[in-house]
Amino acid sequence: MSSNNSSAQAYWKENLRIIMTYLAIWFVVSYGCGILFVDALDQIQFFGFPLGFWFAQQGSIYVFLGLIWAYVFSMNKLDEKYDVHE
Amino acid sequence: MSLDLLTYLFIGGSFALYIGIAIWARAGSTKEFYVAGGGVPPVANGMATAADWMSAASFISLAGIVSFIGRDGTAYLMGWTGGYVLLAMLLAPYLRKFGKFTVPDFIGDRYYSNTARTIAVICTIVISFTYVAGQMRGVGIVFSRYLHVEIEMGVVIGMAIVFFYAVLGGMKGITYTQVAQYCVLILAFMVPAIFLSMQVTGHFLPQTGLGATLESGKSVLTTLNELSVELGFAEYTAGKKTTIDIFFLTAALMCGTAGLPHVIVRFFTVPRVKDARISAGWALLFIAILYTTVPAVAGFGRVNLIQTINGPDNAGTEYAEMPSWFKNWENSGLIAWADKNGDGKVKYEAGAAFDGKPAFGEGRVNGDESMQRITTNASDSVNEVYVDRDIMVLANPEIAQLPDWVIALVAAGAVAAALSTAAGLLLVISTSISHDLMKKTINPNITDKQELMYARLAAIVAILIAGYFGINPPGFVAQVVALAFGLAASSVFPAIILGIFSTRMNTQGAVAGMLVGLVSTMAYIIYFKFMGGSSDQWFLGISPEGFGTVGMILNLIVATVISRVTPPPPEEIQHIVEDIRIPRGAGAAQSH
Repeated sequence: MSSNNSSAQAYWKENLRIIMTYLAIWFVVSYGCGILFVDALDQIQFFGFPLGFWFAQQGSIYVFLGLIWAYVFSMNKLDEKYDVHE
Repeated sequence: MSLDLLTYLFIGGSFALYIGIAIWARAGSTKEFYVAGGGVPPVANGMATAADWMSAASFISLAGIVSFIGRDGTAYLMGWTGGYVLLAMLLAPYLRKFGKFTVPDFIGDRYYSNTARTIAVICTIVISFTYVAGQMRGVGIVFSRYLHVEIEMGVVIGMAIVFFYAVLGGMKGITYTQVAQYCVLILAFMVPAIFLSMQVTGHFLPQTGLGATLESGKSVLTTLNELSVELGFAEYTAGKKTTIDIFFLTAALMCGTAGLPHVIVRFFTVPRVKDARISAGWALLFIAILYTTVPAVAGFGRVNLIQTINGPDNAGTEYAEMPSWFKNWENSGLIAWADKNGDGKVKYEAGAAFDGKPAFGEGRVNGDESMQRITTNASDSVNEVYVDRDIMVLANPEIAQLPDWVIALVAAGAVAAALSTAAGLLLVISTSISHDLMKKTINPNITDKQELMYARLAAIVAILIAGYFGINPPGFVAQVVALAFGLAASSVFPAIILGIFSTRMNTQGAVAGMLVGLVSTMAYIIYFKFMGGSSDQWFLGISPEGFGTVGMILNLIVATVISRVTPPPPEEIQHIVEDIRIPRGAGAAQSH
């Protein structure tokens, strides 16, 4: 039981680390590029868009999508590693 | 074929399809009624979630909002998509593993408390009713404009359809109908968007079209900025709201999205924990197709609108020469013109053309059918034209002179968006009443069959109430929507997160946190939205719509502090929390 328990805890710790990494990216892209630094980024042109405006109204959504799928694949691997998949 | 006939054909055809699916997917047990038996494939669930989520607000209103407020619309675009990242990583997999039917189920069991359960039930019902009222209004607008029936009749038709598949089919019927509705609504949104993009910029993809350079040698956005400034508006790509307000509003919408009961419950319908994550990925993909197109539709629509009304030289257009859509929407009361300078030309500029919504008098000016409708409350502003934001998407194909079948398709898409969301919400309301209140709180001894009967009865009552709101829309729909997101962000969302990520969180902490979050957010919104508080009194400059974030932070702080000074939860609860963190053994959703 105890080895089971420590393996469950290790699994949870790795899960938290993955979540923290992805949510850090999520925060930087949406709140950083799209809101806090949007005016500075707007000085740069990107395919006809001011870059900050592009991040705010399109780019951030693509990144969100990428993050969820990256999480899906990371967790599938982690579930296999700790043998907790179904 | 005439436009009317085409519209009847498109809407009638889509209704026949939904009813057919409902009959094919009838629910026989409570499990099928509540969570579709827990056997929905992730792709189908992703599509159903997308249709459930994208309401009349996303389909009809969002592009209109972005079109009129430019960069400030960012909060809605990011807020209503970024929440899915939170859902996928922080909520969906663990709630699926927990394996019950509803959000109050989780909160009641995790916090071993019927008080906590009851607070969650109240939040769920308030949030869902708020939303339903908006959907029914959307159906009413479409019916009154395109089918020339009275709004009341339109709402009744919509109610009858939802009644049919929500009451008969439960979650199972709703899920597969929503898959069909997603296909209709995304087609209806993308086809005119692609047409517009091709017409204005020659780009097939609206996403890149918005960045394109026009024949004039300037980009679409530069043109928009120049037009806006010339007419006295702020630059389109510059924001007017403060950074802190946008920040808090975006956070409230993201956390509110992740805490909406009708979205969360969709993740109970898949077979495995893994599938809950995957369906969040599919859901956001299907949602992103529409959401990344919205800024383009908003931008093109605004250029077209200004150029059509003000003419190529920006001096205004004779009323007699205005295209027919202008007069049609005038008939629906969503466009109004007051000839303030008496030159007979319609001219659109910055400023509110009327004091509040336009008020119409009897008939038309001079009793002449070729003149504009009489209005009685023109303002002092030089702007002569009122354009309701909600018509942007619906009127776009007409403004751009697209073929009639595109216009009919858009009407069918708007109805699909409104009905799919309404059905999902009605199901959540009926489940809350039959399962969380009747079965779990009032009378645990009722049988599966009786519970199912209560669920169907509750669905009928909910549809009637929603219909009443659709026919007599409360004047404060926009205000109560802020309330729905604020409530979800400040009460449901933190309670679930703490329940999963903190084994130490107990009843006292969770209940105190939810109450503080709820009361502070509601008080703030009610004070500023209903009791006439002015914006210079805003706390740190945060608008009532964004205050849910502050409520959420207060909730988290209060819950953590209180739980530390009260006894830890019982051992078996701590085991439950450890158990939901491990995917294996999710099995099917259980009622016990």
